[in-house]
Amino acid sequence: MGELAVILVWPALAGYLEAAVAYVGDGVRPGRLSRFAIWGVRIGWLAQTALLVVQAARAEGFPWGTWAGSLNLFVWLVVGAYLIWGCRAPFRLLGLVVMPLAAVLFVVAWLSGGAGDGNGDGSELGDLFLVFHVGLILAAFAGFTLAAGLAGLYLWQERRLKAHAPGVLRQRAPSQAALDALTGRTILVALPALTLGLAVGLARLGSDGGGFDAVMAVALLTWAAYAAFLLLRYEAGWRGRRTAYLALAAFALVAVALVPVTHF
Amino acid sequence: MHLVLVGTSHHRAPVELREQLYVTAPENPELVRRLAGDEGEAVALSTCNRTELYVVDDDPEAAQERAFAELAALSGLSESEIAPSLYTLADEAAAMHLFRVAASLDSMIPGEAQILGQVRGAYETAKEAGTAGGIVHRLFRQALRVGRRVRSETAIGENPASISSAAAELAERVFGTLEGRRILVLGAGKMSDLATVNLISRGVESVFVANRSVERAEKLARRFGGRAAGLDAVETELEDVDIVVASTGARGHVLSAEQVERAMRKRKGRPIFFVDIAVPRDVDPAVNDIEGCYLYDVDDLDRVVEESVAGRREEAVRAEAIVAEEAEGFRAWQLSLDVVPAIASLRARAESIRTTELERAEGRLNTLSPSERRAVESLTAQIVNKLLHAPTVRMKQAAAAADGVLYADAVRHLFDLDERDSSARQPGE
Repeated sequence: MGELAVILVWPALAGYLEAAVAYVGDGVRPGRLSRFAIWGVRIGWLAQTALLVVQAARAEGFPWGTWAGSLNLFVWLVVGAYLIWGCRAPFRLLGLVVMPLAAVLFVVAWLSGGAGDGNGDGSELGDLFLVFHVGLILAAFAGFTLAAGLAGLYLWQERRLKAHAPGVLRQRAPSQAALDALTGRTILVALPALTLGLAVGLARLGSDGGGFDAVMAVALLTWAAYAAFLLLRYEAGWRGRRTAYLALAAFALVAVALVPVTHF
Repeated sequence: MHLVLVGTSHHRAPVELREQLYVTAPENPELVRRLAGDEGEAVALSTCNRTELYVVDDDPEAAQERAFAELAALSGLSESEIAPSLYTLADEAAAMHLFRVAASLDSMIPGEAQILGQVRGAYETAKEAGTAGGIVHRLFRQALRVGRRVRSETAIGENPASISSAAAELAERVFGTLEGRRILVLGAGKMSDLATVNLISRGVESVFVANRSVERAEKLARRFGGRAAGLDAVETELEDVDIVVASTGARGHVLSAEQVERAMRKRKGRPIFFVDIAVPRDVDPAVNDIEGCYLYDVDDLDRVVEESVAGRREEAVRAEAIVAEEAEGFRAWQLSLDVVPAIASLRARAESIRTTELERAEGRLNTLSPSERRAVESLTAQIVNKLLHAPTVRMKQAAAAADGVLYADAVRHLFDLDERDSSARQPGE
């Protein structure tokens, strides 16, 4: 079983790397490469799913308790969420943002032992309570990563449209309106997941009598940033460039929070 | 049977000649009936860029002569006068040409969408006129498939090839669908008319026309079911509209950056797309720097179209590969027609032996239950099919390699076949 986990790392890694390279190539010269890229994403994600199944079967408790294991799960969630849109042609360009990031993070998780067979000791996260806590927070962060990708794509396309780039229509991409709306909707889904994850964590903290630490402060700050995003987007009527910058700024907070949160 | 194509297109004939050769819809059925004669097949494809006559006949020279005569009659010229403007292709080359036409590779702008519908229309007319037989059915169905494949497997038709369609596609890149969008038209000239028609065809809901002469604005607005006013109403309208098409004849800017900025403050970040096709320009270029504003003038749109057409040409290389693959398929099918009668005879003979032997064994089979009898029928049919499968495939393969006639003769000789053994099978069945 352990060997199987190691064997599954390779197709997952190869799929993600191939997708990342193909998306970069497609960005330079739009054409057939996006089709190869999407197959790379699918194959890589299926291999990683199998890898996670093997890890889960081998572990006695929650198998992604280490920070590297959490990173492995996080990459799987991000790519899985991307696949929901990535399969649709206009959104494939989002892969240009998501897949290189996923490939790099997966390599980091693997080199740190989070994608191998030595990760299945169940560790300290062996109860359902914490599984929900970590799972919900990671799912929320996967959503925020995608939202940042969508916001980045919005700003990139806006620059091309304003610069009157002659090839702007040759690159298949979603409309600005679609990118703007999807960024908002993704955060609208991810924030409740983060809220629930934090609530579960705080409840656990209350019962265990633990104290408030820096990790929690960053997590709450992230929550506040995205809550502000939703208020400005849906109540104050902010649109376009401003909300894209806001989503990216909030994501910078996620990036700061991600390392300690997955470090547990 | 041979396929012959005689025709002309924008590559060979000036528009004056193409006009004369144009076959109108009411003329088409009679023309193809004359071309097909008693036993042939024919299709006439006539568009503003081409008139092509596809004739299937045992005698290709006779078919060619009939087509020449018809085209000469249409043009009012003698055959020798019209001959330099015509091209003649036969069999595989004719099929490949039709596939290129259906794939829009022979069009003025590669990737244009109308031609596939025109090919379908010509085929439908031939069917209704009773001049579509086995070869025409196969040829035109395959041509339509080539057209669909090229459009779905390449990006040849995805980018705009005119300024008005480029403007509409750029607007779609900003707003997604244009359904329900509002448009402000500045000026009531021909250019704004064209751009507006394109936008309306994509779902734009309401049109507001502003012009120095309110009377002309009203005339244009009536055409689109919209409203009209003078240019002084523009700033107020800017607060509500999504797209602005400007093409007045004014010498200075009709819309300043300050006016747009004031309107944008009230729009709460909702974007606005400006198409300025006027020369001199109507919209201050600084408008493009305002957040949420996208401004394209006629040069910007020209560059987008140029790039787009260049992209279509790149995609055309991939489309040619699809055409070549399909043409090879058609060639193999056409060659296989040489062995079809022999295969049909062989199968008919085998079936006849099977049923005769079953009838002979009728007395012994009487004791079987209905289900057992069906099993025997099925078993014998399967034996016949399995025995004949390999020779059938081999004969078709040999036909594709041009040895079909040899094999067909050998099979007829070995199995003592007569063409009467086969039922009257049509090519293409």
